[in-house]
Amino acid sequence: MNPTRHIDETQVPPVSHQVPVLAPGHTFETITDKISSIVLTDGISLGWLALLVISAGVAGLLAIAATYLLYKGVGIWGINIPIGWGFAIVNFVWWIGIGHAGTLISAILLLLKQSWRNSINRFAEAMTLFAVMCAGLFPVLHTGRPWLAYWLFPYPNTMQVWPQFRSPLVWDVFAVSTYFTISLIFWYTGLVPDLGTLRDSAKNKVARFVYGVLSLGWRGSARHWSRYETAYLLLAGLSTPLVLSVHTVVSFDFAVGIVPGWHTTIFPPYFVAGAIYSGFAMVLVLAIPIRAAYNLRDFITDRHLENCAKFMLATGLIVSYGYIIEAFTAWYGGNRYEINMFWNRMTGTYAPFYWGLIFCNIGFVNILWWPKIRKSPVALFFVSVIILIAMWLERFVIVVISLQKDFLISSWGEYIPTRWDWATYIGTLGFFFAAFLLFIRVLPMISIFEMRDLLPASRPHEKVEVHS
Amino acid sequence: MSGGVRIASPVYGLMAEFETPTDVLVAAKKAFAEGYRNMDAYSPQPVHGLAEAIGFKKNRVALVCLVGGLLGLATGLGLQEWINLSAYPLNIGGRPFNSWPSFIIVCFELTILFGGLSACIGMFAMNGLPMPYHPVFNVPEFASATRDRFFLCIESVDPKFDMTATRSFLESLAPASIAEVPY
Repeated sequence: MNPTRHIDETQVPPVSHQVPVLAPGHTFETITDKISSIVLTDGISLGWLALLVISAGVAGLLAIAATYLLYKGVGIWGINIPIGWGFAIVNFVWWIGIGHAGTLISAILLLLKQSWRNSINRFAEAMTLFAVMCAGLFPVLHTGRPWLAYWLFPYPNTMQVWPQFRSPLVWDVFAVSTYFTISLIFWYTGLVPDLGTLRDSAKNKVARFVYGVLSLGWRGSARHWSRYETAYLLLAGLSTPLVLSVHTVVSFDFAVGIVPGWHTTIFPPYFVAGAIYSGFAMVLVLAIPIRAAYNLRDFITDRHLENCAKFMLATGLIVSYGYIIEAFTAWYGGNRYEINMFWNRMTGTYAPFYWGLIFCNIGFVNILWWPKIRKSPVALFFVSVIILIAMWLERFVIVVISLQKDFLISSWGEYIPTRWDWATYIGTLGFFFAAFLLFIRVLPMISIFEMRDLLPASRPHEKVEVHS
Repeated sequence: MSGGVRIASPVYGLMAEFETPTDVLVAAKKAFAEGYRNMDAYSPQPVHGLAEAIGFKKNRVALVCLVGGLLGLATGLGLQEWINLSAYPLNIGGRPFNSWPSFIIVCFELTILFGGLSACIGMFAMNGLPMPYHPVFNVPEFASATRDRFFLCIESVDPKFDMTATRSFLESLAPASIAEVPY
């Protein structure tokens, strides 16, 4: 063995001076130890425990609200006729949109060979899973009889009834359940080698056993890696059209209907852009405190935050374009119901919501053009929170205002969310953060093997030729 | 082994430990050139070219995924056509019973679902996982195969395997350590 080469390979400074996606000075060992130590430590930090208790307490609101809903029915919510789609659908669209950034990071950026994704894909995928869980809960509760929700799926039954496959609502069932399943297996497949690492590094017997079972006996064989990499790439290739299709199908729930404000062809691309926009905001809301709390600045560098901010800016501008075209089409199309709906948006009961979202998403987002903001974690955190609120307002405006005043004056109405609406929504936020806190404590929140792969030392020298 | 009679070997194989991907890749290529075929290399992250170096060529994951995806497509289309043409035809806004454009989305979703599940399950199944016990785990040094070390294991079932000769061959590759892998 040549000792100089050994030093060369394991102490390579940065990945690249231009692209600091991994701080200098790391080796296979330091990366492994740093990430796995967060999980394998025996102690529980007080800050983590406090946050978990708070979020789990807030999630308790969801349990109470859902229980009361089962007892009383959907009448406890503010929904009525004509506004039958209140908070439940607003929050469904909001949550599922947040999930999209996770899949974009893990699948699309993998296919595009954006290696900076390696430090954020794992927790972004976990974020996707928890967000889709929250999202899925809303339509199920909204059915009014959640215990019969399996009626949504085609299955042989004694009534010999089948779903109506021309309805976007049925498409949605397939899109969301496929999305959740594929996201779950993609996430788990990515975890298996890291679970093997945890199994081999854990001192605690219980931990070693649990990680051992979950790792399926992964031993890093070259044959296994070969099939593994193919499968991982295929899953990324399948997830790419999938993620674009999910919010497209969600937008069909609206666009296929004839309600003014919904019946528009711009919805699919504008919904997908909005989803990625809010998703990256949630990624930043999670990443910024995590990297500070666990001292992960070596792995989640300022470069990552800036890239996420650029994604938000780009998709935010697409969303702005969507708003402008919506208004233009209403005016230029000359349809009196469409014009009336738009006038109601700008001046009606919920006008502050509309102007709030226009201010944030067309105006405020442009603050991200300024490099200083993109490089400041604190500023980015607050910008992201504002974007998340603005995107929630957008969904409220789309769902509620369009239903509020449609073709017949006699059927116009108002919508006031009740405390149970709020309890359900805030409860899902509690569930989301509680699930995320548990995740970062028991599973590696950064993909260890993909981080090791970032080191130049993981690539064998080009010229390895052997002659017999 | 002589006379074509396989005597159950007391060891699974001989395993050499390396510190870098390049070293294990060179070792694997040399072992293959030496005539060894029943061997495997182990690494904490994928090493480009290592599977080919130990003579692994047939990776059928993509085929399994394709077949699964096509099966999903057929399931989606068949299910919807059967329901709408035979089992439960519904007149929705006067559209034809076979209004196939409305069926595209469910076909697409089931293609992705079946394709993804086949790729994932197929990959683990072809890798023989889950496998809770494997002889390589008996070597204490092997714990770092999921951390920062790289291993090449020549298995005793290889016709060319010989305790002494194989050990001296592995020693010529300058590994960090050599260990017998007991069953």
